[in-house]
Amino acid sequence: MKQIVIISGKGGTGKTVITGAFAALAKNKVMADCDVDAADLHLLLAPTIQERHEFRSGSTAFINTDRCTGCGRCRELCRFDAIDTDFIVDTVACEGCAFCSFACPAGAVAMEENISGEWFISETRFGPLIHARLGIAEENSGKLVSLVRQKAKQVAERENAEWVIIDGAPGIGCPVIASLSGIDCAVVVTEPTLSGLHDAARVIEVARHFQVPVRLLVNKYDLNYDMTGRIERYCKNNSISVIGKIEFDRSIVQSMLQGKTITEFPETKTARIITGIWDRLAGDMAAYSP
Amino acid sequence: MIIAIASGKGGTGKTTVATNFALSLKGGVQFLDCDVEEPNAHIFIKPHITDKKEVFIPVPEIDESFCNACGRCKEVCAYNAIAVLGQKALVFQELCHGCGSCSYFCPQEAIHEVHKVIGHVERGNNRGLDFVHGILKIGEPMAPPLIKAVKRYVNSSKVTVIDAPPGTSCPVIAAIKDSDFVILVTEPTPFGLHDFKLAVEVVKKLTIPFGAIINRSDLGNQATEAYCKKEEIPILMRIPFQKQIASAYSRGELLIDLFPGYRQRFHRLFEDIKNSI
Repeated sequence: MKQIVIISGKGGTGKTVITGAFAALAKNKVMADCDVDAADLHLLLAPTIQERHEFRSGSTAFINTDRCTGCGRCRELCRFDAIDTDFIVDTVACEGCAFCSFACPAGAVAMEENISGEWFISETRFGPLIHARLGIAEENSGKLVSLVRQKAKQVAERENAEWVIIDGAPGIGCPVIASLSGIDCAVVVTEPTLSGLHDAARVIEVARHFQVPVRLLVNKYDLNYDMTGRIERYCKNNSISVIGKIEFDRSIVQSMLQGKTITEFPETKTARIITGIWDRLAGDMAAYSP
Repeated sequence: MIIAIASGKGGTGKTTVATNFALSLKGGVQFLDCDVEEPNAHIFIKPHITDKKEVFIPVPEIDESFCNACGRCKEVCAYNAIAVLGQKALVFQELCHGCGSCSYFCPQEAIHEVHKVIGHVERGNNRGLDFVHGILKIGEPMAPPLIKAVKRYVNSSKVTVIDAPPGTSCPVIAAIKDSDFVILVTEPTPFGLHDFKLAVEVVKKLTIPFGAIINRSDLGNQATEAYCKKEEIPILMRIPFQKQIASAYSRGELLIDLFPGYRQRFHRLFEDIKNSI
């Protein structure tokens, strides 16, 4: 079984569109949406939820005002400025470190476990999908990503799947780092803009930092041929293989409006090109298997 | 006055709006790029960097000659960042939030805090705009402490424009918290609308007044407009898709330089926001 994650550094370059297409094209696979902040893959895959679980993670301090003597120790010690002068905890600022709870001489601070999201095992027209929803303004997205990945791997092992296809998050922080562990190939989707190259280069550095093999795909490459050339030169200088280039194509938006992946419109040029990209990628990865 | 630009979904045009908006205002404006994972505003503003500072978080270091492996530090650590193996306490720095609990409670006073670099902050200016951004170190998972370090430069005598990261979790909260107004930038596609609704929940939770800018307003459908109408979310501006705009963006050029009319539009937008709060 091989695990592929689609990441980008910069948001909005087409990660989820590409993930959806790979999900449709790969044979015998399990999908995972690890952009738990703003998950969108379900909009293309129309999952039927089969299992729903709470994601419990971290805790938040609550001050019992009856016991509180107002000594102010908690406010002195809290490094997250989460306790105001009336000894009310700002639940958004509180990072759940419990320092105040351990230090309160009156024993007035209780730590309450957070329900910070939900995760799901679903069935889709392309196979099983493991996905999640992090609660609004919650923390620990990295932990939720690790959980989704662990479940996806279990389902893949149970079903004897050949692939786990993972939609990653933008950026380079904890959800992205959590989506990279144990990955066979990270496909970096970028666009021919200075921001696209700048951000792709940073996320590639992160992938390499964790020894994850990287391939790159340029989306909307015809929006700026010079920048596409610069990205290709960057890849050449850094020994990164460019697995394909996709034109700016309004039919991608049209397919999204219908809740379909672009490969479900086989008459489009983009569908043919992405099919070719997937075939090459899958072939390459099979050839490199130990 | 602090105005933050956020979005939920990435790539909707936050940085385009933030940079052009900030440069359309006259005098006493500062720009803070709080997308420290992938800061891009400098590509468009092209600031002359005058100052660079490393940003640290405090993490524990254990002096083995004092440590008796009692395990109190492990007990008080909510992040599993300390393990006690045999006669040794081990620190996993990347899990540490720097709360300071372990060093405070160590009965042997065997723990002191050292600085761990998580990134750096650069300051500069261009076109009369003060510029600050944070750059998260590669491999470093936690952006919020660096975002907070960028926000320490907020100057209350100025108009502060904040470029926020995408998403709905802690980095976004750190970036937009304490703002007077949030501009949410979206695009009228199913992905755009789905993530826009999440972003609306975030700003409502923080009780910050907000409005929407619909970018690439002619690519997609009418569902975003209908949602805004139903929820009484003011649509502050619509920016249609134009290959010229996309192409200028790709080269790191500003919208207000390509189409100077946008300068007045952004300026009017600022006046409207100022009057509304």
